[in-house]
Amino acid sequence: MMKIERLIKMANDIGDFFNAESNKEIAAEGITKHILRSWEPRMRRDIIAYCQQDGAGLSDLVRTAISRLEKA
Amino acid sequence: MSINKEQDFGTPASTASQSVTLEIDGFEVTAPAGTSIMRAAASIGIDIPKLCATDSIEPFGSCRLCIVQIEGGRGMPASCTTPVAEGLKVVTQNQKLADVRRGVMELYISDHPLDCLTCSANGDCELQDMAGAVGLREVRYNPVETHLNAAKDESNPYFSFDPSKCIVCSRCVRACEETQGTFALTIDGRGFDSKVSPSQNQPFMDSECVSCGACIQACPTATLMEKSVIDHGQPEHAIVTTCAYCGVGCSFRAEMKGEQVIRMVPHKDGKANHGHSCVKGRFAFGYATHKDRMTKPMIRASIKDAWREVSWEEAINYAASELKRIQAKYGKDSIGGITSSRCTNEEVYIMQKLIRAGFGNNNVDTCARVCHSPTGYGLKQTFGESSGTQDFDSVMKADVIMVIGANPTDGHPVFASQMKKRLRQGAKLIVVDPREIDLVKKSPHIHADYHLKLRPGTNVALINALAHVIVTEKLMDEAFVNERCDVESFAKWETFIAQEHNSPEATESITGVAATDLRAAARLYATADNAAIYYGLGVTEHSQGSTTVIGIANLAMATGNLGRVGVGVNPLRGQNNVQGSCDMGSFPHEFPGYRHVSDDKTHQLFETAWKAELSLEPGLRIPNMFDAALDKSFMGLYCEGEDIAQSDPDIQHVHTALRAMECVIVQDIFLNETAKFAHVFLPGASFLEKNGTFTNAERRISPVRKVMSPLAGYQDWEVTQMLANAMGYPMNYSHPSEIMAEIASLTPTFAGVSYEKIDQLGSIQWPCYDKDSVGTPIMHEQTFMRDNGKGLFMLTEYVATHERVTRKFPLILTTGRILSQYNVGAQTRRTDNVAWHSEDRLEIHPHDAEDRGLKTGDWVGIKSRAGETVLRALISERVQPGVVYTTFHFPESGANVITTDNSDWATNCPEYKVTAVQVSKVSQPSEWQENYHAFSENQLDLLEQGLNNG
Repeated sequence: MMKIERLIKMANDIGDFFNAESNKEIAAEGITKHILRSWEPRMRRDIIAYCQQDGAGLSDLVRTAISRLEKA
Repeated sequence: MSINKEQDFGTPASTASQSVTLEIDGFEVTAPAGTSIMRAAASIGIDIPKLCATDSIEPFGSCRLCIVQIEGGRGMPASCTTPVAEGLKVVTQNQKLADVRRGVMELYISDHPLDCLTCSANGDCELQDMAGAVGLREVRYNPVETHLNAAKDESNPYFSFDPSKCIVCSRCVRACEETQGTFALTIDGRGFDSKVSPSQNQPFMDSECVSCGACIQACPTATLMEKSVIDHGQPEHAIVTTCAYCGVGCSFRAEMKGEQVIRMVPHKDGKANHGHSCVKGRFAFGYATHKDRMTKPMIRASIKDAWREVSWEEAINYAASELKRIQAKYGKDSIGGITSSRCTNEEVYIMQKLIRAGFGNNNVDTCARVCHSPTGYGLKQTFGESSGTQDFDSVMKADVIMVIGANPTDGHPVFASQMKKRLRQGAKLIVVDPREIDLVKKSPHIHADYHLKLRPGTNVALINALAHVIVTEKLMDEAFVNERCDVESFAKWETFIAQEHNSPEATESITGVAATDLRAAARLYATADNAAIYYGLGVTEHSQGSTTVIGIANLAMATGNLGRVGVGVNPLRGQNNVQGSCDMGSFPHEFPGYRHVSDDKTHQLFETAWKAELSLEPGLRIPNMFDAALDKSFMGLYCEGEDIAQSDPDIQHVHTALRAMECVIVQDIFLNETAKFAHVFLPGASFLEKNGTFTNAERRISPVRKVMSPLAGYQDWEVTQMLANAMGYPMNYSHPSEIMAEIASLTPTFAGVSYEKIDQLGSIQWPCYDKDSVGTPIMHEQTFMRDNGKGLFMLTEYVATHERVTRKFPLILTTGRILSQYNVGAQTRRTDNVAWHSEDRLEIHPHDAEDRGLKTGDWVGIKSRAGETVLRALISERVQPGVVYTTFHFPESGANVITTDNSDWATNCPEYKVTAVQVSKVSQPSEWQENYHAFSENQLDLLEQGLNNG
């Protein structure tokens, strides 16, 4: 398991960029796509697992995006 | 001047489109209007004698050797200062001219030592040549007073100044002004007392001279001469190659004696540098043969063991067996590699190929991760391609130049000279930087119209404010936006950027930049005919690095400053081959040509060509590799030409990760800091020992040519190939040209690139789509490279960095480079460049220094949330109160002990430029420095033991 605190921070930073988009559907899609295209599978697995447990510390928008990541 | 002479036309070429026809010595010649008679004559093979003229600088008309006669004209005008005119009939040789020239030469020689046989310029002296050309046979004068006993100035480590040989032609003075733009030299005194003077009659080393070598290049005698030539004599052959320092990618002639480099001379035909150079490329090549060079492969089971010198075969087989063992134990994805921007395109290409096809994963990354990865991301998103938009020459048509987070005079000095030339011609300058770089007001005859001295970490707020002014004051180029850009994205961006929170007045408290200055700068940029942005790591190495790059792209699109000469978005790449290493597929999510690994068509293309099953998943980035090492899922690393143990942020974390790995393979020319954590050392080859290509910041692919045999026996691509074969993935290239042919066959933007074409053209700027193409100096001229051809505007909300200033850490540390040193210093620290910069220092504003009782030279502890180090203080008003600054060229400085793990949201590029610190006076090194010193000493002992046992 990679250090989850770092993954949470990375995910939230990505979320902060896409949060500028007022349409939160598009914003979440942007986050999902970015993580899918740039995170190594181990990192994705870890953040998905963490999100499924409780996801504390992740912004709501990022949680939405990660939940979509599970299905991608 | 140099042997193996390139033709000197005497005066610069005219760029006029109109041409005129005249007659010279009975031969008809047609030349562009404005061409000098001297140049026109040279173009048809008529060499008019000259001394004060050379084609790199404007004519001066002082030596009177180049006189000619013009039918119907009066007197004997100087051919260097007389332009061609329609129908002129010019005579360059007759008795009258010969008599005058001989008389002139007689005067010169009467005050010149007659030591030609023992002179260092013997055989390469224009004065000697001209004495022969005019038929000088005697000197009738016996002067009472001469300059023959003038004292030499040997203060510069690289060249000698012998005024006894000076003919006061002013070529050096003019080169310093026109070519370099430093104005360090002048002619002091009048008449007989006239002499070349560095600054105020100071020794060169104490003057403003930056040792670029332009004066030596221009000198027609042995007055200014490389010490290497004085020591070893004239070189006997020359090979054109490309500098391995910064991203300017200067073309050089390596002037040789056998396999010994005597000097590196900037190549006149080099399209990136036009015959100019800096102190690094021109002089700092001695590292290539430094005693520290490692030339034998070595292995060891543990970093606590002594090294053991072994054969290449044993080293390669051991490395391969270890990598395979680790994969068997921890899984296929437990190994990976790091490519280097110091390596050639071909080396990088086969390294990433080995990892993707041989290792079976995409765990490949490159040092661009820690510098320009945000450029790659931001420009790909907005413009459709991960590269700058212009060639360097484009700056000569810019009317407004905005430099953001870059220090060209130190980081990209040869391009800076070109930029300064344009600024002296009258272009306006906006500097966006927390620190007062030389361009602000220190460069002669240049001052920034606006210096937006922002707080580190607030780039996005500032860029947004510039855009806000442009949008709300209707300064956009609406025609460009409507025709060339995605209008839907523009509409959304326009609404966003016009919001009050992006206004200069609202962002003033964030950035610290006065709204009035910011508004004025925005208007200047937006209303220029041609406005160009140049930026550097002060943009990218932030938690919002990619956002700033996107913001810059938005600005350029909104004002229509793209797609033609004189404008554009120009990332100044740090290392020689940052652009190339990224182009070659070094990122874990992209194949060569920036195509995503999951793209079906591309994936299939490479699987077929490489005859291997390739992963569709992105691999680990460098910081992810370190994290994965600590959780024992990444245990083997092949690192070529990078020194991650010094260059990467939060270095204690990096060291811990390296210690956790079971096999670290380092391929380098020195036992660098990373090698101290390695189990296999594969000796690398310097740029002088290999064939290949580098791609500079303007996408220019230039040849790197082997001028001496590899000291360790192999070029780096051969070593990687051996490792691939040992891993069971066959590679059988016999020359890098074959690798380039493969790159071209698989990468559309390189499809028309070949070694034959590079040899023919000198260099090629990609995209180069087919065999008929000569490359692309300016990108996006008709359409952008996105799928729909339209530029994309993206929203760029400012988000404050996690790195906050507090009472405990009240100052912000930011970092940068200095002219004489290069990156981690592995090369330049092993040259005489240490004469200019022998240690990293902490610049601190007088107010902050006074608060802490500090004076220049005091040892100060710098403590951040990540660690602590100690440097000496340099009190300076270049930094603003609240900000401190240091370079990072010496490992013992530990600059990266204090940088944090904050990184760019999109790419994980580290936030080197913003670290909250406290500074206080100390009397001893930090604990880290003491530990580092002990570790380093121990590793050198282990090396020594290995060498003794071997």
